[in-house]
Amino acid sequence: MVENLLSLAIWTPIVAGLLVLATGGDKNAGLARWVALLGSLAGFVVSIPLFTGFQSLNGGMQFVEKAPWIASLNIHYYLGVDGISMLFVVLNSFTTVMVVLAGWQVIQQRVAQYMAAFLIMSGLINGAFAALDAILFYVFFEAMLIPMYLIIGVWGGPRRVYASIKFFLYTLLGSLLMLVAFIYLYQKAGQSFEILKFHALAIPLSVQITLFVAFFLSFAVKVPMWPVHTWLPDAHVEAPTGGSMVLAAITLKIGAYGFLRFALPILPDASRELAPLMVGLSLVAVVYIGLVALVQTDMKKLVAYSSISHMGFVTLGMFLFTGNQLNQWAVEGALVQMVSHGFVSAAMFMCIGVMYDRLHTRNIADYGGVANKMPIFAAFMMLFAMANSGLPATSGFVGEFMVIMGAVQVNFWVAAAAATTLIFGAAYTLWMYKRVIFGDVGNSHVAEMEDVNKREFLVLAILAVAVLGMGLLPDLFVSKMHLSVNDLIAHVAHSKLQ
Amino acid sequence: MSWADLNLMPALPEIFLLSAVSVILVLDLFLSDKQRGITYLLSLLSLIGCAVITLTTSQPFPELTFSGMFVDDPMADLAKVGMYVAMGATLVYSRQYIADRGFYRGEFFTLSLFMLLGMMVMVSAHHFLTLYIGLELMSLALYALVALRRDSTQATEAAMKYFVLGALASGMLLYGMSMVYGATGSLDIGKIAAALTNGSANMSLAMFGLVFIVAGLAFKLGAVPFHMWVPDVYQGAPTAVTLLIGGAPKLAAFVFVVRILSQGLEPLVSQWQGMLVILAVLSMAIGNITAIAQTNLKRMLAYSTISHMGFLVLGILAGTPAGLSASLFYAVVYVLMSLAGFGVLLLLSRAGVDCETLDDLKGLNRKNSWYAFLMLVVMFSMAGIPPMVGFNAKLAVLKSVVDIGLIWLAVVGVVFSLIGAFYYLRVVKVMYFDEATDAEPVSQVGMDMRVLLSVNAIALLVLGIVPDGLYSVCVEAMKQSLQVL
Repeated sequence: MVENLLSLAIWTPIVAGLLVLATGGDKNAGLARWVALLGSLAGFVVSIPLFTGFQSLNGGMQFVEKAPWIASLNIHYYLGVDGISMLFVVLNSFTTVMVVLAGWQVIQQRVAQYMAAFLIMSGLINGAFAALDAILFYVFFEAMLIPMYLIIGVWGGPRRVYASIKFFLYTLLGSLLMLVAFIYLYQKAGQSFEILKFHALAIPLSVQITLFVAFFLSFAVKVPMWPVHTWLPDAHVEAPTGGSMVLAAITLKIGAYGFLRFALPILPDASRELAPLMVGLSLVAVVYIGLVALVQTDMKKLVAYSSISHMGFVTLGMFLFTGNQLNQWAVEGALVQMVSHGFVSAAMFMCIGVMYDRLHTRNIADYGGVANKMPIFAAFMMLFAMANSGLPATSGFVGEFMVIMGAVQVNFWVAAAAATTLIFGAAYTLWMYKRVIFGDVGNSHVAEMEDVNKREFLVLAILAVAVLGMGLLPDLFVSKMHLSVNDLIAHVAHSKLQ
Repeated sequence: MSWADLNLMPALPEIFLLSAVSVILVLDLFLSDKQRGITYLLSLLSLIGCAVITLTTSQPFPELTFSGMFVDDPMADLAKVGMYVAMGATLVYSRQYIADRGFYRGEFFTLSLFMLLGMMVMVSAHHFLTLYIGLELMSLALYALVALRRDSTQATEAAMKYFVLGALASGMLLYGMSMVYGATGSLDIGKIAAALTNGSANMSLAMFGLVFIVAGLAFKLGAVPFHMWVPDVYQGAPTAVTLLIGGAPKLAAFVFVVRILSQGLEPLVSQWQGMLVILAVLSMAIGNITAIAQTNLKRMLAYSTISHMGFLVLGILAGTPAGLSASLFYAVVYVLMSLAGFGVLLLLSRAGVDCETLDDLKGLNRKNSWYAFLMLVVMFSMAGIPPMVGFNAKLAVLKSVVDIGLIWLAVVGVVFSLIGAFYYLRVVKVMYFDEATDAEPVSQVGMDMRVLLSVNAIALLVLGIVPDGLYSVCVEAMKQSLQVL
């Protein structure tokens, strides 16, 4: 077994990104694409042993690496994953391959910079999921803003400048306050930034609540939760297809992951006190944003709002308490939903990207009858639309079902409100699908559309396998996270007030 | 004391530099304009000579000389080495620029070196008078440098403003020093501290003096509300001179403040801490908010300097060794950032056209993606975004403030750095997202400048990833230098 697997998963894409940059200008665009593809594949390959080698019967952190980094401030290069974060490292490395493929022909300008930005970001995201030192986490967490800022700003749509700056400042706002919270915890933990030591701290309730607010601002913006979600539709609409895929599939998950890794275990009492608020905000996201999605005329915006709504499910599942006890169904459901949403949202954005490349519009009204011209594509999109609305046998169903199951055990009315997503989700997704894909050929532009090429087919097929695989064999993922979730629940049930 | 007892070793770098400048000054008279390269090379050589002397004579403990008026300690050595680097980089970055604008003459080099000498005396002073002499030597050279383009009304105006306000600040500083002398009976930093500790000093008079001293120091640092000169001088001065003002002097000013407040007036810490809190908050606020409204890059960087000085003051006001080391680290990092930032502006300036406004950077990524990347690193570093070293500097300073329980101050700091992020982002936006308005290629400059500037900017990234070496040097230097002599 190879040592330093996590370091490999982090640094392989980053080094590959630098290699891609070294290919130079657009003269060598072809070379840049191939280097990027090989780099992202290498990144995915080195992350596979994390999944296969993970001991699901052992609790605690695995694949741990620790070395002093900034000794004077007692900051360590400290990596490790549990059953929760491991899944996201693998998911991220997988998504990066899809993103490179998705941008293969679409991106014609500054190809090397585009590919390099994604590869470097992929490494940074892996770092954020694997970091066990708060400052190391913060460094990865913030550094990934830089490539994303450039991706949206350079290759994005007409309002890209506005969207990119809004994205950057929104996310920076929360994370800076989190930094102050980290420094405070560092004092408390005896001059240490180790997250696991933060977990063991006894903190009075009033302080817990203040810290929770700092974490909340940071992670809620990333998730994004209502009402700090407004950057997301802008960023998604303006970002290139690959950017939207990574944003939805991965970076949103970091926010939810932050709640699991920081807010819940470090501040269990504040989490419990504020759980009604979190549940309330999540329900607003599920119901209200679901309704907002219904009236969108822009396909990308629609999927963006649907992402917010689905992420509402995730945060809902994480904050369902009975007494001191988090609900296990709900937490695991939230995690499954996160992974599933990673596949489904990436696939949905890929589908929209495929159509956008042909017609250069995202307006639903500009389409109609696409199925007549692109039957293979229409079949794929049908699957993903079903997954997005939570149809059984797709991955979308498993997570939502588990969260609703958990919610019923805690509070019937919360469950009832959450369950409306099955209606709204189906309504906005399938209605969009119907208007775009079915019916007569809408106009002469649609009549000229050609079906998917081999590259697009490959990406869609891989994603389809993932979506179906997770829907039919959810246990493959759940078994990996089971013990870590139990540990988390046991930890959170233990009050840290003294 | 006889000559035989006088230990000149601690002041060897200063003595060497003074001799070297004198030689250059005379030699330059005999050189024609075509041979100016000799002056340039000799100036760089004298900097290297100074660096060699400072590094070889450096000791891990403080040593006094000239009857206790002059001290050679690790903090002074570190600051001096930083200044040599800053000065050397400035000379390399400026050569093409000043040659294009007709002041590639001996004065530029000799005045710069005299300014450096003044700063060296400043950071090695152990007596209020030595401090003042060093400060004035630096300032007078700078006033002349700002006015070097005699035919430019902007530069002359800036020089006048700088001179009048600088003289006012010096006056305040001297006035405060005289009161401290009245209160403690000495101008020696060690004796002042001793007198304030053992109660033999007139405390109310000393505090009165402290107020004037803090005001004078704030002027020199460019902290709000004594910042008015900074934007005008930064904008009005030729960019090469702006770099001279914005680089090494900040490091010197920091050591200057440490010598006066944290060494001499350390017993009054509870008094000056409050004043510095006000300075820091106002500087961060006014600096960052006003910078947003600027379209002139030099002016924007001036306001950004003001806000950085606010951050620097955070570490000083903590008053702890950790805080001072953090501030020292911040000062070194700031100098590196400022060098690289202005370096890019100098690089992009062509004969007759200064690169000054945001528009001048439009589409830089298209024209030259490497320079755009260098500027991107500088901007994100200034904004304090990891993995650039600006983040580590901010982290260290914020930590020292939280250490002493002023969490609200850390929150204020991060809120204003969020506001600050906007204008740094805007520079990146202009370079990467906008299309160029002209098709003119980026000017060709010498290989020396391109390499040095690349090293300079990449250092910000590398130091951000492995900051421990520099940071522990700062901690160690501060630890050795803080003892009262």
